[in-house]
Amino acid sequence: MLTQILIAGFGGQGVLFAGKFIAYKGLFEGKEVSWLPSYGPEMRGGTANCSVILSDDPVGSPIVSNPDVLMAMNLPSLDKYEDACVPGAKLFIDSTLIERKVVRGDVDAYYIPATKLANDAGIPTLANMIMVGKMIRESGCITFDDMEEALKKVVSAKRANLLEVNLKALKTGYDYEG
Amino acid sequence: MIVFEKPKALTDAPLHYCPGCTHGIIHRLVAEAIDELGIEGITVGVAPVGCSVMAYDYFACDMVEAAHGRAPAVATGLKRCMPENIIFTYQGDGDLASIGMAETVHAATRNENITIIFVNNAIYGMTGGQMAPTSLPGQVTQTSPYGRDVTVAGYPIRVSEMLSTLEGPEYIERVAVNNVKNVRNAKKAILKAFKNQVEGKGFSLIEVVSTCPTNWGMTPSQALEWVDTNMIPYYPLGVYKDKTAAAAEAAKEE
Amino acid sequence: MAEKVLMKGNEAIAEAAIKAGCRHYFGYPITPQTEIAAYMAKRMPKIGGTFLQAESEVAAINMVYGVAGAGFRVMTSSSSPGVSLKQEGISYIAGADLPALIVNVQRGGPGLGGIQPSQSDYFQATKGGGHGDYHLIVLAPASVQEMADLTGKAFDLADKYRCPTMLLADGTLGQMMEPVEIPDVEVTPVEKPWAVNGTKGKRAHNIVNSLYLKPDQLEKTNFERFEKYKQIEENEVMYESFMMEDAEYCVVAFGIAARISKNAVVAARKNGIKVGLIRPITLWPFPTEVIAKAAEQVKGFVSVELSMGQMIEDVRLASGCKKPVLLCNRAGGMIMSPEEVLAKIDELAAL
Repeated sequence: MLTQILIAGFGGQGVLFAGKFIAYKGLFEGKEVSWLPSYGPEMRGGTANCSVILSDDPVGSPIVSNPDVLMAMNLPSLDKYEDACVPGAKLFIDSTLIERKVVRGDVDAYYIPATKLANDAGIPTLANMIMVGKMIRESGCITFDDMEEALKKVVSAKRANLLEVNLKALKTGYDYEG
Repeated sequence: MIVFEKPKALTDAPLHYCPGCTHGIIHRLVAEAIDELGIEGITVGVAPVGCSVMAYDYFACDMVEAAHGRAPAVATGLKRCMPENIIFTYQGDGDLASIGMAETVHAATRNENITIIFVNNAIYGMTGGQMAPTSLPGQVTQTSPYGRDVTVAGYPIRVSEMLSTLEGPEYIERVAVNNVKNVRNAKKAILKAFKNQVEGKGFSLIEVVSTCPTNWGMTPSQALEWVDTNMIPYYPLGVYKDKTAAAAEAAKEE
Repeated sequence: MAEKVLMKGNEAIAEAAIKAGCRHYFGYPITPQTEIAAYMAKRMPKIGGTFLQAESEVAAINMVYGVAGAGFRVMTSSSSPGVSLKQEGISYIAGADLPALIVNVQRGGPGLGGIQPSQSDYFQATKGGGHGDYHLIVLAPASVQEMADLTGKAFDLADKYRCPTMLLADGTLGQMMEPVEIPDVEVTPVEKPWAVNGTKGKRAHNIVNSLYLKPDQLEKTNFERFEKYKQIEENEVMYESFMMEDAEYCVVAFGIAARISKNAVVAARKNGIKVGLIRPITLWPFPTEVIAKAAEQVKGFVSVELSMGQMIEDVRLASGCKKPVLLCNRAGGMIMSPEEVLAKIDELAAL
């Protein structure tokens, strides 16, 4: 099984962090994984994206040009990558920030008001992980077990409360019906 | 009774310098300082590109030949990996103040615990007498045949003064070797520059106003005189920076 | 066994260098390799090592020259424009027969170019780079694990042959994360009787030098150095061969381009084209014999490169121009897709 995930949004939305978490989760599930960020000035407020590949076989190219899973955190990202998705791809849209619907009919679209859910839950910086929660549920590319193990690898050990709020965000996304 | 002896820190290799060149004197002063401090066995010298390019054959301690201008960077590497060793560079004006100015300034501002012997004779000697960053206004050289025109080539750089504006360096002094009195002072300064390093005080640079009879087109004695009449007025001798002395002075006033 | 962790390629290089006993790093910030400097800045002070941000690339490589001369393991890293600046020092290091590691995480050029991945410093890396007759041993990793493994290997080779080695990566490999395992290794100290670390009054002075004003002497050092290079060519060639047993066509690619090519080779096999891949791991020494042998077996080659076609010249030379060699390339920071490589394989098969 091979899952090619592209996560895209504004710099600061935690796109790279979300990708790193997914990669670690995959690693703990015994998969071959790679994580590749866009780098350069995007890091400071422009658009950012990262490619994550989860695979049963060694990863060839780490660049995701035709995603099976697209997580779009802003409109420019959806505009840019919708056409690149493979037929049957799953698209996760932060519907708080993206008003339009997916145009293509040959993909599955999931609309999650992640930014609003995050604000309502008092975790305004964690819309990214809400999206990840939903993505796990709908794509099944990784399981929802032992989330803490992977989270511990990506959040600072000095700030234990981060573990808790990230779990909360993942759960919020996972449980979101819509 | 021994009245004259070659310093141990010099090898037996015959110097290749022109007759009347003061490099020989300066080499000797450096070697005497190494002898007096008993540090030859732990000293590594860095030779430059320029007339003293083959200084590695003359000093009996371990030696490295650096690329043009890079001696302070090479010395930085040596000192950082061997902080207990004594590291010195021996550089001319083109090497230190032109192509290697960045390395010089940054080694100084880091207060790198090294000793730099900077030989300023206001000309590129090895390549046959071209204008140096320290050539005087109006000075005729192969590449300033009508005299250094400051509107075209800019002004000579006073290295000791410039580096003394930095917070970093421990000790900076300009000396000359054109008469006995000056040679004695130069000896003291060079010894101090090495001693500072032994004591862990930091960056010490001694600028030695020197001659180039061959490319100045003078006899050796005329060249020594020219140092007094032309060089020293533009490059006044003296201590430009001495952090330890300044701190002692400040303590006294309190 | 060390735990597998996700690490950026750049960080893997830095950690592997430390594990290999390197305690001295000099560098200057430049994208996309700055993580190496940042990692060293964090770690070196804690383990009694040196991290120094030099005033320039030129200064950094000359600091490396000093430490290498003193006989310690030492490295610098940069990206293409910065590596150009280092060429002077690299030539001196080669000329003085000193071991040192230079890492080039390539970006697009020429000039200031861009910051996206590239392989367009192949010529510079493999043909000398600076002035004079010399080679670097050039290692080209294709995964984060290899970024680590080949770093250790590069230090060993540098010490073994007393010559500078280069790790030639690119922005993708530097920035990407993959699971990596960097085991503790036993570093066997290498005797360096030539090092300038003070005579201690017990031996004649050592001189680290590349100046020989007498041409006959300089010629002699050149011939001797090339005898050493011959040994390296005989003993140290590294490459990976993938699906070559029954291949009728051969893709040649290194680094990130080889990974993309692997996907294409697998896809082409599914379409019934018998194609394989040769991935040079040492770019110098180049796996000339391996390509020559492949030229007897296959009907043609595709050289896949992130450049305007540099390695292709070595593929043509090695294959004796006996078989067609097509170029599949992108440049300036663009990266080809597996489909583009596949199309080139199809083109070759249709010849």
